[in-house]
Amino acid sequence: MVKKLKKVDAVIVGSGWVGGIAAAELTKAGYNVVILERGKNKKHEDFIGTKDELRYSRRYELMQELNKDTITSRNSMDKEAIPVRNNMNARLGNNTGGAGVHWNGMSFRWMPYDFEIYSKTVERYGKDKIPKGCTMQDWGITYDEIEPYFDQYEKTAAISGEENPLGASRSDKYPNPPMKDTPNIRLFTKAAKALGYHPYRIPSANASQTYTNPDGETINGCVYCAFCEEYGCDFGAKADPIGTVLKTARKTGKMELRNNAFVNRVSHDGKKANGLIYTDTTTGEDFEQPADIVVLAGFVFTNIKLLLHSKIGQPYDPKTGQGIIGKNFTGHFNNLSTYIGARGFFEDKKFNNFMGAGGMGSSVGDFSGDNEDHTNLNYLHGYEVHYSQLGSRPIANNSVPYDTPGWGKEFKKNSIKYYNRNLFITAQTGFLPNKNTYLDLDPTYKDALGNPLLRVTVEYTKQDIERAKAGVARCEEIMKEMGADKMNVDIVRDDTVFDHKFYTDHFFGGAIMGATPENSAVNTYSQMWNMENLFVVGGSSFPHTGNYNPTVTIGAFAYRAAEGMIKFLKEGGNLAVKPLEENA
Amino acid sequence: MADQQPPKDVNDKSQHEQDMGRRNFLKNTGLVAGGLVGGSLFGGLISGGLNKTNEKNDKTAGNDSTNGIEITQARQFFTRHQDFKVLNAATELIFPEDDLGPGAIKLGVPYYIDKQLAGRWGVNARDYRHAPYAIDLKDVDQTAGPGGEQSILDRGMIFLQGLRKMDEESQKRFEVTFDKASEEQQIEIMTDFEANEVKMKGVKASEFFILLKQATLEGAYCDPLYGGNINMEGWKMKEFPGAVASYANYIESDEFAKLDPVSLRDYQGH
Repeated sequence: MVKKLKKVDAVIVGSGWVGGIAAAELTKAGYNVVILERGKNKKHEDFIGTKDELRYSRRYELMQELNKDTITSRNSMDKEAIPVRNNMNARLGNNTGGAGVHWNGMSFRWMPYDFEIYSKTVERYGKDKIPKGCTMQDWGITYDEIEPYFDQYEKTAAISGEENPLGASRSDKYPNPPMKDTPNIRLFTKAAKALGYHPYRIPSANASQTYTNPDGETINGCVYCAFCEEYGCDFGAKADPIGTVLKTARKTGKMELRNNAFVNRVSHDGKKANGLIYTDTTTGEDFEQPADIVVLAGFVFTNIKLLLHSKIGQPYDPKTGQGIIGKNFTGHFNNLSTYIGARGFFEDKKFNNFMGAGGMGSSVGDFSGDNEDHTNLNYLHGYEVHYSQLGSRPIANNSVPYDTPGWGKEFKKNSIKYYNRNLFITAQTGFLPNKNTYLDLDPTYKDALGNPLLRVTVEYTKQDIERAKAGVARCEEIMKEMGADKMNVDIVRDDTVFDHKFYTDHFFGGAIMGATPENSAVNTYSQMWNMENLFVVGGSSFPHTGNYNPTVTIGAFAYRAAEGMIKFLKEGGNLAVKPLEENA
Repeated sequence: MADQQPPKDVNDKSQHEQDMGRRNFLKNTGLVAGGLVGGSLFGGLISGGLNKTNEKNDKTAGNDSTNGIEITQARQFFTRHQDFKVLNAATELIFPEDDLGPGAIKLGVPYYIDKQLAGRWGVNARDYRHAPYAIDLKDVDQTAGPGGEQSILDRGMIFLQGLRKMDEESQKRFEVTFDKASEEQQIEIMTDFEANEVKMKGVKASEFFILLKQATLEGAYCDPLYGGNINMEGWKMKEFPGAVASYANYIESDEFAKLDPVSLRDYQGH
């Protein structure tokens, strides 16, 4: 039996950055908000004194346990998908604050090129440059239109950085200066400059100094302890939703955050969402939380699964190209678009590799997006090359040169010798959508509530492989210039296939935005075209993957979506933006 | 290698040592009920454990933190001593003692693994465990499921089967148990497991190997609270300082920072 609860102004799925931003903005505007978070209750107190690699990086304490819900995965449409069974292969955010608690803090903006990728490609190279089957499209918004929201997020999250010499125009500088400089970063920077590139410090949400954001929340100055990725910050020095937007919302007295609330589906009448049906996983009871507006602010997999399971919108069919829900799934895939590059081993240099911060490092943007002329390249979009000193912890970091065996005497000797004598530079590449890479419901496997699992199908195309090869070659070039005595250079083969790993949390699409319902599920306020009081916000709305870490761009679109929600509630309901008449 | 072999089987010890052990046990615990203490097997087990403890205490006299670890060094998961002896030998082979410092056994790796297998990790508590299980992944999907992810077996069962298979291979090939095989013989078997040249049931030998290697490195470098990395010797070898609160004063310097390691016990200040 489903118990119906008292109606509120807004009900939100998920308490990460997106849900937190929506809650902060709505409650500040005077609206009552309920957040349904399926993970556990977490406070900053939970993270004090927990620099424990085994617990967080090997037992994945902050990640979504997969025993209640996971995804299935396949790398071609003609195969049966297999479930991702353990966190070694999927680190998905969970608990209060979501993935925003255990992120590294790398805080790039996506590029003007990203938002108008189709038009700009056609303009510069002609339509024929776009490979067959590539479903890239404009986002229905320009960089200039989203810029104020970038600025708003950066100020909320204490971003510390310096201007990218090749970057787009900014309305204001970063709220904090870049983090401290280190010998490792200096070595990378010097080599990149010697090659004629334009390195700059990675903007970070690990605050370079103690800072109070516009909502009055304080983020402490980082002490470079190097436990960021997969960890909650010991010192409240990494901007996260708990210490910022959720705190802001809580202060208004208008937000209620319910943990252990596993949302089952959106209740609706086909035109209007009525609320959310969820199960309290501590008691097994089912509830309906009615609301004037419903916000899906979960991770991409959660949002799309809820839409498909609730039968909202037309599911995408790769055979016909019809339908929109599940279309244009993309991401930073482990063996192709990130974590690949060149590792250099140094005989005579020793680095303090165990110190650092998640967002600390230096990046080269010369090959990002369309900065490089692609006329003679056999791929579109580009890659960003960086060195990041996020801290090498000892269980996970046992790199040895390729000619060293993987265990035994030589392995032990070299893994210890090179632990503080190796540096890794990586290329993070863009990933463009194709018609065979998408999300739908699995025909076989079910979650703890008895609903089908979401099925992920990822096919790499030739241009993705070529882009990755180019990125790795650039890493090799820079590492050579840095003076490494030996190098392990990752190999991207022509037949490299998706390897079922969902490490990065950088996954996008499935309910993409655009200027018209013809080619998008939501408008640029993340509002469903065909269900105006339903907002589907976050990475799920991105029509492709840019070559930068996504959080700042997700934050910016969350602020824009929150503006749309307030407008909707104030005006008693309508679309925040009208569809374009013609196809984009 | 001799020093790194697992503790001698109780049957190798003289009757005198065994009796001494039992007397110490009775004295220390005050357990005198006849029904509980009786039979040579029980007496033998007791003496095996106690003698080992006494030996180590002698070596590390005056080191309080080691004494605290010793009492946690008993088997929670493995019931057969022979399985544990194979585990000792296998982990030491992956991470041997050398002039840099201790190997897996002295770092407490086998006991670390035993404790992990007895807990949530050993029964895959966080994992999705619903059928159907993909037994035969197509060639192109070999990347799915390292560490036995797609197996219906839990990690504890994979370890038990894997270690017994290693022992069986050793006896079949060399007529000697794995723990008593020569280094070359052990390497040959381990190499075949890594290359999936040995047939296991319900899981690939190569997947068991991945699990074993991963767990060995965890035991060598985890915080000592888990029973591995005893006295932070793994961290000292690697020059990883553990749970240091702040590096703000070191991070800009070109000098390598040689710092005394800090455990979570020290850091949390209980």
